Amino acid sequence: MRAFEPEFAEMRFGCGLSPVIAPATSVEAMLAGISGPDAMARRFPIERFDSFGARIAETNALRRLIRANKGTPEAEAADRQRKDIKNQARFDMIHWLGQSMLRRTYTEAGFHERLVYFWGDHFAARGKGGLLKSATSPYIEEAVRPFVGGRFADLLISAVTHPVMLSFLDQDQSMGAGSKRVMTAGKGGGLNENLAREVLELHTLGVGGPYTQTDVRELAELFTGLSFKPLQGRVFRKNYVEPGAETVLGKTYADTLTIKPVHAVLEDLAIHPITARHLSWKLAVHFVSDTPDPALIDHVTARYIATGGDLMQVYAALLEHPAAWTREGANIKPPVDFVGSAMRALAVDPVMMTEMTEKQMRNVVLTPMAIMGQTWQAFSGPDGWPEEDDAWLTPQGLSGRVRWAMAGPQKLCPDLPDPRAFVDTALGASAPEPVKFAAKAAESKAEAIGLVLMSPAFQRR
Amino acid sequence: MTDLSRRFFLTRSAVLGCSLAASPLLTPVTFAAAPWNRRLVVILLRGAMDGLDAVQPYGDPAYAGLRGSLVGGPQNGALDLDGFFALHPGLQALAPMWQAGELGFAHAVSTPYRDKRSHFDGQDLLEAGTDTLQGGVRDGWLNRMLQEVPGVTADTAYAIGLGDLPILRGKAPVANWTPEATLSLSPQAERLLAMVSESDPAMHAALAEAALLSAVDTPATSGNMARDMQQARKGGTHLKIAEFAAKRLREDARVASFSLNGWDTHRAQHRSLKGALGTLADTLVHLKQELTDPVWAKTAVVAMTEFGRTARENGTQGTDHGTGGLMVMAGGAIRGGKVHADWPGLDEPDLYQNRDLMPTRDVRAHAAWIMRAMTGLDRATLERVIFPGLDMGRDPGLLL
Repeated sequence: MRAFEPEFAEMRFGCGLSPVIAPATSVEAMLAGISGPDAMARRFPIERFDSFGARIAETNALRRLIRANKGTPEAEAADRQRKDIKNQARFDMIHWLGQSMLRRTYTEAGFHERLVYFWGDHFAARGKGGLLKSATSPYIEEAVRPFVGGRFADLLISAVTHPVMLSFLDQDQSMGAGSKRVMTAGKGGGLNENLAREVLELHTLGVGGPYTQTDVRELAELFTGLSFKPLQGRVFRKNYVEPGAETVLGKTYADTLTIKPVHAVLEDLAIHPITARHLSWKLAVHFVSDTPDPALIDHVTARYIATGGDLMQVYAALLEHPAAWTREGANIKPPVDFVGSAMRALAVDPVMMTEMTEKQMRNVVLTPMAIMGQTWQAFSGPDGWPEEDDAWLTPQGLSGRVRWAMAGPQKLCPDLPDPRAFVDTALGASAPEPVKFAAKAAESKAEAIGLVLMSPAFQRR
Repeated sequence: MTDLSRRFFLTRSAVLGCSLAASPLLTPVTFAAAPWNRRLVVILLRGAMDGLDAVQPYGDPAYAGLRGSLVGGPQNGALDLDGFFALHPGLQALAPMWQAGELGFAHAVSTPYRDKRSHFDGQDLLEAGTDTLQGGVRDGWLNRMLQEVPGVTADTAYAIGLGDLPILRGKAPVANWTPEATLSLSPQAERLLAMVSESDPAMHAALAEAALLSAVDTPATSGNMARDMQQARKGGTHLKIAEFAAKRLREDARVASFSLNGWDTHRAQHRSLKGALGTLADTLVHLKQELTDPVWAKTAVVAMTEFGRTARENGTQGTDHGTGGLMVMAGGAIRGGKVHADWPGLDEPDLYQNRDLMPTRDVRAHAAWIMRAMTGLDRATLERVIFPGLDMGRDPGLLL
């Protein structure tokens, strides 16, 4: 195996090169960054869902108050308060985009940030309606980030049973047709199979996996009872549970009126060999190439199966295989990584960034990313953002990149670096000659920086 | 076109070979020879539209029993179409089109996709236009159609929107664009951009197309990023897309395609579907208005979805993924005022797998008959090349 190349490792598996932070010097150091203390979470905090839930509870209480006192000054005051909470949540959602970008800008554990994004996207979820719509970052902070270095089973259970996921895929309202609630309360209600289908199709086995419509149905019946309350978080509603045992992929799970069979089926799905292959393939596609070497997938899958889905071991298998370092067919960065790595190369001032108004953040980060094709946390479905380069290499998407590359850095970094030095900062020792030339030949600093950011050497990794 | 976008384009032609060298953008004389006169707009409704709610078979005796809280029909505000089907109130804005014979539907249709009911595979198959996803199809059926007709240039077909559109992917030239993406660069920056991206053919080609489309079309941006971004954010993306499509179709474009999202109504469907249907209706009304009468008269719009939804309402006032669904057709070239259907019935034994509307016709057959009427393509090509393995069946007479 060839010698470890820190700069290339930082581009491919990390958040890109930085003028102020040196790249990790070994595979061991990259892995240590995942299990070590989470310095970025402390420095650039993002609220967890357990405290975000209080805002939802408060809003619900205000709604009740408004209904009970319609037309009174009291109700009007409560309505103003409710709107303030709503506006604050919308602002915070954008502020947390800034925090996520600052974590990418200043982390010494770039692979960790990339993995949090990868798994947050694998378990893509956005609450339905009201404040829950702004709660994706708190969900990832609570249910994904702490688990990316553990067992996949724990990550799966954490994400799938989380309030934001339950809301996104309608599980919180799903009840068995034979449940106590449906049979006795006479209020109607019944099964919703949305979450069960996506757990099999997206989160575990993959769409080619060995499951049928009957498995979807049985898993949906097994999931009945999963729900949440704003303050408590996850709750289990016994009266929603479909009575009787359920059979998923040929294994029968007894009905215990507790969450145990839900955990049991997720544990089994997590270590299924088809899940192992699906996830290994997805990691390779995300980090290496749209068409990864089958030997790489085999190698990672074998480690996954051998360790029962121990993710640290899985990542180690990925990084140790020579095919993970091949430069042919390198991926194009999705907009979030493009903007994040540009901010890292510019070493954007964190104070200025955190002081930006909502409008500034929209103009400088959020809307440009939307034109590049990636509206922050507004993926079109539970499959998250596309992995294929084709999805990003569109004329309209690249046009969005050019526009931002030429004008965005100046807004984020009023004192732009010397472009000739910036080539080396952003691209390292392997900066191609035409890019060095363009950085010198451009008419303005802003255009020169834009050209460096638009170079294939920066766009691909 | 500026000299520099021309230079950009020339480098691109050198990279991609001769197929694009004949582009009207370089030899405007071919502009006059549009391959045919009629316009086709294909809208992809992503997320699986509930056809049984959009066009409600209230005359079927089993309908009301299946639909519980979602039950529609004229007594619940829907517009009676023909004594059997009624139009969801969310499509109210289309009533004049129905009365003018410019709006029609094909009910109980589907692609060959069955049983796993995955949005993403369902959409892939809808856009590939094949029987299965095995065999690694890389192009979309609209692109294969363009490959079969003469005189297609880079300006004939438009894939519109921020995302990629697999239905138009393939060997025939297609313009990919969205009105929000206009590029305006200094000549020097554009030349240098062409240079730094030259080593990456895929990126270079996409940038060249961006430069070209910015140059030949959309209004220039102000150069002030904050102002442009505020402009880009202003609502009504679907209306901007309709406007852009109409603008191109009024000129030399003959095919446009884009997608509308928001159809995955697992819960509280009375609210969520209304919004999506309203967006569709507004898009069609806007297209009609922007195309202007003479072009609208030659236009066929078809809106297709990956599959229908369960016949029964689910436990959360919504519907889950199903099979048979609905295709919407609009335009002055459409023989409208009719719901085409070999109606399978909604009694329990008539449902597919005892849960979904039984598809009685392949949705691709309708698309094939429309393309046949528009372009004169022969049946063998449509059944073997564009939709391999399709049996078009009898002609439903969808176009005037």
